[in-house]
Amino acid sequence: MRILNASGCLDALAAPDIARQLDAFVTKTVTPLPREGSAPPRIAETASGMLNAIGLANPGRDRFLAEHLPRLGELGVPVWVSVGGFCADDYAETCSRLSDIEAIELNLSCPNVDEAADSAAEIVAACRAATDLPLYAKLSAAHPDVAEVARAVAAAGADGLSLINTLRATALDRELRPVLARGSGGLSGPALKPIALHAVSVCHEATGLPIVGMGGVQSGRDALEFAACGAHDVALGTVLFADPGAPVRVRAELATACVDAGVAKPEDAGSLAKSPETVRKVPA
Amino acid sequence: MQSSGSPSRLSVTGSELVGPYTLLRLERGDLEPGMPGQFFMLEAPGRLLPRPFSLCLAPPGELAFLVDPIGPGTEALCRLQAGDEIGVLGPLGHGYRLDVERPLLVGGGIGIAPLPYLAERLGGASPVVLGFRSAEYAEAAALLPGAEVVIDPVLVTELIEPGFDVFACGPEPMLHAVAALCPTAQLGWEAPMACGYGACYGCVVEIDGALKRLCLEGPVLDADRVGAHVEAVA
Repeated sequence: MRILNASGCLDALAAPDIARQLDAFVTKTVTPLPREGSAPPRIAETASGMLNAIGLANPGRDRFLAEHLPRLGELGVPVWVSVGGFCADDYAETCSRLSDIEAIELNLSCPNVDEAADSAAEIVAACRAATDLPLYAKLSAAHPDVAEVARAVAAAGADGLSLINTLRATALDRELRPVLARGSGGLSGPALKPIALHAVSVCHEATGLPIVGMGGVQSGRDALEFAACGAHDVALGTVLFADPGAPVRVRAELATACVDAGVAKPEDAGSLAKSPETVRKVPA
Repeated sequence: MQSSGSPSRLSVTGSELVGPYTLLRLERGDLEPGMPGQFFMLEAPGRLLPRPFSLCLAPPGELAFLVDPIGPGTEALCRLQAGDEIGVLGPLGHGYRLDVERPLLVGGGIGIAPLPYLAERLGGASPVVLGFRSAEYAEAAALLPGAEVVIDPVLVTELIEPGFDVFACGPEPMLHAVAALCPTAQLGWEAPMACGYGACYGCVVEIDGALKRLCLEGPVLDADRVGAHVEAVA
């Protein structure tokens, strides 16, 4: 089980030593044009989670490719580029210009942009035609049937899934006004874990694709639970903010958690849990 | 950033009330005090995210932080007792430059926090002017003996005379007012931060005309670098 960062939760150029703890570094989402992002305040702590409304701040495709990606390549860590956009062609154009990276993650689920995107499957199909690099589709658990979306992107050529993105949410201050300037943001942190475990489980059942599980991973035990639900890898997000040493810590804890669970390696935990829809049913 | 590992676990050596604020003392452990105006991320017990604090005092073997209990995280920090342990990351960001000729320290409210350590590093003889919202808050001026103190509605900016190299920290309107009076002032800003080391992109303010991360660019900035987009910590 590899340990990655969740896109947007680490700047490898600002903190290269932390990025080097990871098995792969996932960039902040790159869009065709530069985006300054949302006005502050952009973050808020909530019960068991936090909200962010960064708004896909990024230098844009041209500057990312010319200035950032070469420097990321020198870190000595496999790089995944998170690709965003507002229509299928946006995504495909960026994909066609990427090379010498380990994988592409298609951000199909940012809660902090208003523009309507093409359907996830259309975007994946367009990207599939534009690149031979491994394509991971990052999906939202806000969809009523995430497994259906997973099947559609698998049919369109996705090589893997990243599950889950933050969920749109609002927090109010003492005067009952939204804390975030944008009004709403993406909820992350431990509050997401049960939702993410369910999404991983049903998408694993639905597609069998490799899955990077994320959403509230704080410990090695959490990572093992994602493995038990079918995730091949996990990504750390909010936990990195409080603990930049989390990749090393979680990796060590994962080994201990495997011993405690009686499995030789995280992948073996997958046989312990099945879809929550098919197990735990009490026979009549 | 100094460390690529987890935050250091530091023991609380004690805490004391300073007016409405709490001065939280931690054993220094393996952390350096850094430059005045730099900050540390302190674990807020029971909360998901740490909170940023500039260093207030650096007694031998200790690091001391001034905490204003304005929410659940800061209240939890104020309840810590000797022997408790919290995670601490730092020093982070850029602090004040000390190579000036005629220093004047200007603080407003909890913005007094970095000034005692700054005064110490400047040699101790620098003039200090402080403004507070009430007499109770003004008790915190005890951290800077000899300081001139005003209380609302008198504004601390009324005490700033020309010709000084101003170091300021305080609420946003005060800093904008100081910037207007003293274009060469060094100003200590604050913003909500989830990480303190450039990972979360949460603490952006308008710097040099664009939204930039305060944790990496500041929190101390030359007065002419900051635009309007600065938000107080909730």
